[in-house]
Amino acid sequence: MARSVIDVSGLPTYAFGSRVTPWWGTFSFCLLEGTGFALGIGGYLYLAVTNSHWAKDAVPLNLVWSAVFTIVLVASTIPNFLIKRAAMRENLRSVRVLLLAMSSVGLVLVVLRIMEFSVLPVRWSDNAYGSFVWLLLGLHGVHVLTDVADTLVLTVLMFTRHGTGKRFSDAEDNAFYWYFVVLSWLPLYALLYWLPRL
Amino acid sequence: MSLASEEPHATRDSDLGDEELRARLRKTWGTNGGLIGFLSTVDHKVIGIRYAVTSFAFLLAGGVLALIMRLQLARPDNHLVGAELYNQLFTMHGTTMMFLFGVPVGEAFAIYLVPLMVGTRNIAFPRLNAFSYYVYLFGGLMLWGGFAFSIRPDVGWFSYVPLANLDFTPGKGPDYWAQMITFTEVAALAVSVEIVVTVLKQRAPGMTLDRIPLFVWTMLVHSFIIIFAMPAVMLASSMLIMDRLVTTQFFNADAGGDPLLWQHLFWFFGHPEVYIIFLPGTAFVSAIVATFSRRPVFGYLPMVLSLIAIGFLSFGLWVHHMFVTGLPQVGAAFFTASSMAIAIPNGVQIFCWIATLWDGKPVLKTPLIFVLGFFFIFVTGGLSGVMLASVPIDTQVHDTYFVVAHFHYVLIGGTLFPLVGAVYYWFPKLTGRLMDERLGKWQFALAFIGFNIAFFPMHMLGLLGMPRRVYTYPAEIGWGGLNLLASAGALLFFASFLLMAYNLLVSARKGALAGDNPWDADTLEWATTSPPQPQNFDRIPCLTSGSPLWSRDDDQPVVSGLKVDERELVVTSITEARPDIREESPAPSIWPFVAALATAAAFIGSIYTPWAITWGSPVVALALVAWFWPKTSEENA
Repeated sequence: MARSVIDVSGLPTYAFGSRVTPWWGTFSFCLLEGTGFALGIGGYLYLAVTNSHWAKDAVPLNLVWSAVFTIVLVASTIPNFLIKRAAMRENLRSVRVLLLAMSSVGLVLVVLRIMEFSVLPVRWSDNAYGSFVWLLLGLHGVHVLTDVADTLVLTVLMFTRHGTGKRFSDAEDNAFYWYFVVLSWLPLYALLYWLPRL
Repeated sequence: MSLASEEPHATRDSDLGDEELRARLRKTWGTNGGLIGFLSTVDHKVIGIRYAVTSFAFLLAGGVLALIMRLQLARPDNHLVGAELYNQLFTMHGTTMMFLFGVPVGEAFAIYLVPLMVGTRNIAFPRLNAFSYYVYLFGGLMLWGGFAFSIRPDVGWFSYVPLANLDFTPGKGPDYWAQMITFTEVAALAVSVEIVVTVLKQRAPGMTLDRIPLFVWTMLVHSFIIIFAMPAVMLASSMLIMDRLVTTQFFNADAGGDPLLWQHLFWFFGHPEVYIIFLPGTAFVSAIVATFSRRPVFGYLPMVLSLIAIGFLSFGLWVHHMFVTGLPQVGAAFFTASSMAIAIPNGVQIFCWIATLWDGKPVLKTPLIFVLGFFFIFVTGGLSGVMLASVPIDTQVHDTYFVVAHFHYVLIGGTLFPLVGAVYYWFPKLTGRLMDERLGKWQFALAFIGFNIAFFPMHMLGLLGMPRRVYTYPAEIGWGGLNLLASAGALLFFASFLLMAYNLLVSARKGALAGDNPWDADTLEWATTSPPQPQNFDRIPCLTSGSPLWSRDDDQPVVSGLKVDERELVVTSITEARPDIREESPAPSIWPFVAALATAAAFIGSIYTPWAITWGSPVVALALVAWFWPKTSEENA
């Protein structure tokens, strides 16, 4: 005969941060995508060391659009932090307003990334340096794009009747992933835009 | 936050008697009938069985290719198959065994068993799990479909550049190969994330870190290795396909690229891959040795620490595949040292298992017999591995049959023998019936003798200088006798699998009834019915020791208070497994299947035009939105 020793009926049905499974899912995806970025950086540096033509191939990239992109991206951590806080307080009005702001910032970032591509002095087919520049910029661009798409869907969701309860936890999780998008850019920015100038 | 006091209407398990509770939970957690229901299921047991059946089908296909190659090599100057087809055969054999069988079969057992062993109702992210299966299936079908229509990769399972560049290999073969990598790695990465989260957050209350079964620990380490290793090969194969399709220059030495970069990226994945394939084998061994020795595995802590050590060290070995590429000597010395160092945690595991058998009362049933075969074959393969870790020896026997012998001893000994044991061991849980013991012992005899006759002579052939991947050899060179012997062994070995297939089919219908726990085992999957109910457990168990079944009296402690008409499961804290949340587990959905279909179409289309990604992405995105968009019935919080 079974004997009940723990009654879980009083436990919550959702929570925030590392208490819930989606946080760990997002964390695991950050680990594996971070590994992808690290290996991409490793490949770039490997060629920079082994290839005698690299110094000639590695033309410095235009600093203007990338600087604007980086400033906006880093600044976006402020509304991102506020969303996280509002979500944990389950403040629907603030979450809605901030998600609208984050969606707009995200769309601006997508445009800025396109501008970065448009002024690149090398094509992907010119040489291996060009291939790596396009690959790494594109790989990070895909991360920006997917999280912006995710944010847009979440924004719509929070304006429907579904915008309650567990959705706040989803909003917090989305904000957590955005930090990864920001953090993973910083070493890429240094590598792509500043290393060839050293 | 919604608490129970706000939801007085919900029926909970504590309100119901055993029979009604089981019936209600079956309804809540079950899979619907019909084609849509079939494609929508999110039950980890159903998906796990699909993974297993699919990977065994690929094992059979890969085995048939091996047999054709052995028939070709059975005598000198043979022309059963030509050089071109032979290249395709060994490429497809290696690719199928590594990517379509070796990795997914381990995932299959993890998907089926880990949620049962940790005492939860479904795997974490069950829709992602369903998605991963379809992506894997479509990737495998694409590669084999291409093969059927003469789009055949023929550049080896590691697809080295510059041979795999467009200049030297025109045609679509390597592109299909590269996209198949993406398919299977997406699947493996998804499953790994699910396993990590299931083990960390969904363990039954009381299953503290030191009470996690060794099988589950092994699958956790296995998943982490995948998370850190697989991105390398995805990145590499994407770079290769871009070099071939959109003229990037990653591996083109004339334009600043480097073919060795491919080797580094590939083997950064490729060596951990050996452990990705081998660790599930050790998981099976730990479970089988404990059960049939009638005692817990000796040295739980050193076992877990060895697993973690293997996980780390497996990333320090990759360059030993590249000893003949002209590396700096200090690099070669480092990788020799780490290649030898990994023998230490592997040795610790072997000695712990032997100590367990030594101290226990071994019962020689088929699963344990296959494990004993594993000890013999794997240790033999390990010894030739220590030889190969030495640069001078490696330089001599590189690309000879000595290496072929070595890795078949390690992979078949380390994985396939425990795997067959695992099939005999868990078959009763999946079907409720035992497999035939007498056939099992015959199968072992055939497999063990056949394997050694097939592969031992290859050590000698390698030392005599026979290179890998030659489709024939002249009679005067004197390799005919040993090759004929190897081919005869291969036939016996293949026959052992036909015997297993026969045993599986007959036992599924006529095998002796097994009951819940036919082996008197100790882990939680044996605490439920055979086959398990859709909900796994009617009442979630609470653990008071690391031996939940052996130490159990009739008074099984359980959790109460879960809702019956919704898919609720208990989320617990990471180290102490204290109950923390009643989380809702996603219901069946057709959208993961649709998303996988759209993903497959985009991937396959991209081989022909890069625009397929552009047009495919919004479709995939729409399917994902439909997948994640909450349904009214799910809104309970």
